[in-house]
Amino acid sequence: MQNLPGDVMDRLQGPAASIAIRDLTVSYNRVPAVHHLSGDFPPGSLTAIVGPNGAGKSTLLNAIAGVLKPDEGTISISGLAPREIAYLPQRANIDQTFPISVLDAISLGLWRETGILGSTSSDGRSRMIAALARLGLTSLGQRPIGSLSVGQFQRVLFARLLLQDAALVLLDEPFAGLDTPTTTDLMHLIGDWNGHGRTVVAVLHDLGQVRKMFPRTLLLSRDCTAWGATPLVLTPDNLAAAGYPPEPWPAERQRAGAVQ
Amino acid sequence: MIIYHSIVEPFLAYGFMRRALIASLALSLGCGPIGVLLVLRRMSLMGDAMSHAILPGAAIAFLVAGLSLPAMSLGGLVAGLCVALLAGLVSRTTQLKEDASLAGFYLTSLALGVLIVSARGSNVDLLHVLFGTILSVDGPSLALVAAISSLTLLTLAVIWRPLIAECFDPGFLRAVGGGGSVYHIVFLALVVLNLVAGFQSLGTLMAVGMMMLPAAAARLWARDIWSMIVVAVLIAFGSGLLGLLASYNFNTASGPSIILTAGLAYLGSIVLGSNGGLVPRYFPKPHYHTLPQEPAQ
Repeated sequence: MQNLPGDVMDRLQGPAASIAIRDLTVSYNRVPAVHHLSGDFPPGSLTAIVGPNGAGKSTLLNAIAGVLKPDEGTISISGLAPREIAYLPQRANIDQTFPISVLDAISLGLWRETGILGSTSSDGRSRMIAALARLGLTSLGQRPIGSLSVGQFQRVLFARLLLQDAALVLLDEPFAGLDTPTTTDLMHLIGDWNGHGRTVVAVLHDLGQVRKMFPRTLLLSRDCTAWGATPLVLTPDNLAAAGYPPEPWPAERQRAGAVQ
Repeated sequence: MIIYHSIVEPFLAYGFMRRALIASLALSLGCGPIGVLLVLRRMSLMGDAMSHAILPGAAIAFLVAGLSLPAMSLGGLVAGLCVALLAGLVSRTTQLKEDASLAGFYLTSLALGVLIVSARGSNVDLLHVLFGTILSVDGPSLALVAAISSLTLLTLAVIWRPLIAECFDPGFLRAVGGGGSVYHIVFLALVVLNLVAGFQSLGTLMAVGMMMLPAAAARLWARDIWSMIVVAVLIAFGSGLLGLLASYNFNTASGPSIILTAGLAYLGSIVLGSNGGLVPRYFPKPHYHTLPQEPAQ
């Protein structure tokens, strides 16, 4: 990881974002994917959402991001406007053959400043260069996005998130299909976001990663199984209750043991 | 001398040839970028559908006002916008995707148009509406085509960024509150407008050729959007020029001559195109042994 130019990520100005969820139900064709969920993501917290397939993890993120409308209950987000959320969906519906360069692609992250017609300020431009440097993409700025590898492309999406400079960051399986060095780099970036006062919520499936890096966890299985400090949430009993297989894999247990 | 006779003289001697040439320049400038955006949005067949959809509007105007360009253009515009908006509305409110709802509406619209024309007009009229006559472009219709091109370029300049963003990553634009459907509808209106512009000169069916053939050919040469648009406009105007000359020298119908020339450019691009054409793909140059220098920021 390169040395960070100071201006890439400033400490968050203003209050940190918090999310209060009260009796939230979100359903598809009357089948609830998230069922009567209540709880809080405190300001400046770093929370992982884990749970088996179909537990409603992505649905919850979509509802927080405002993409899905709740059937019942409320999501109140304090401290920011809806468009101040930086959201990375799981399978972003992105046309990777689109003839656009890496720099142009990440410049969309400045949308709140440039809007439809505004031009990129010199400050915006230097932040773009700094964001590329932060993600190790400096030499790839002019490359068409179609020529990037999976890992490079995920770094581009993170550079765009970085430029969005939002108080609330929502990530859905941000490390799916990535190698260890890239995961480590991106994990550091998430840590920095959090360290600078941003509230981060990430859907993850690697429990070892969650135990190591995320202080808080929401264990979801349509209903909320447990929500709070990670060591108290990811207990064998809770995991079994959420529908995880009773015995974790040896590697999982080893990593878990190292933390607890 | 023979070159002068067959290439320069037609434009010097005949006003209708000059107007036809200017009309094809104006059409190229408007249709080039629109076609490129349609190709990039994977809506290449959209132009085709819309060109059929504008028929009933033009036909009704033809019945009411005779062979009047402003009336027929207006009728075509109204019919095209109705179909585009209805299709967009249906795809957002029902289970149908946009391509299916558009297919439903444009086929209905086309049948209605053919019914109207065949009930009242003769086959010659139908041919005129379908295939146009660029050589009959007069001052006012030239002004209309030029105005539509200018409007197209100005509008594109304003909505360029959201259009590109919506093309590339629609979810992101919605997430940052940039809208999306508004620009989509404005863009569809531009598609219809440009088809109407090509109406008098090329006819409803041929106009879409001026839009899609150069754009599809340009995709095989250019690697970024700007150069794609430049290549598309050049191919479109080149086809207009060469097609007009072919039409003059060999006494062929002007509209199809222009579109066929564009079609030749398209075929040539498929074979030779430097960005994924047949020859570069199947007879590749040897690979580099040291990585080429990335350009500086």
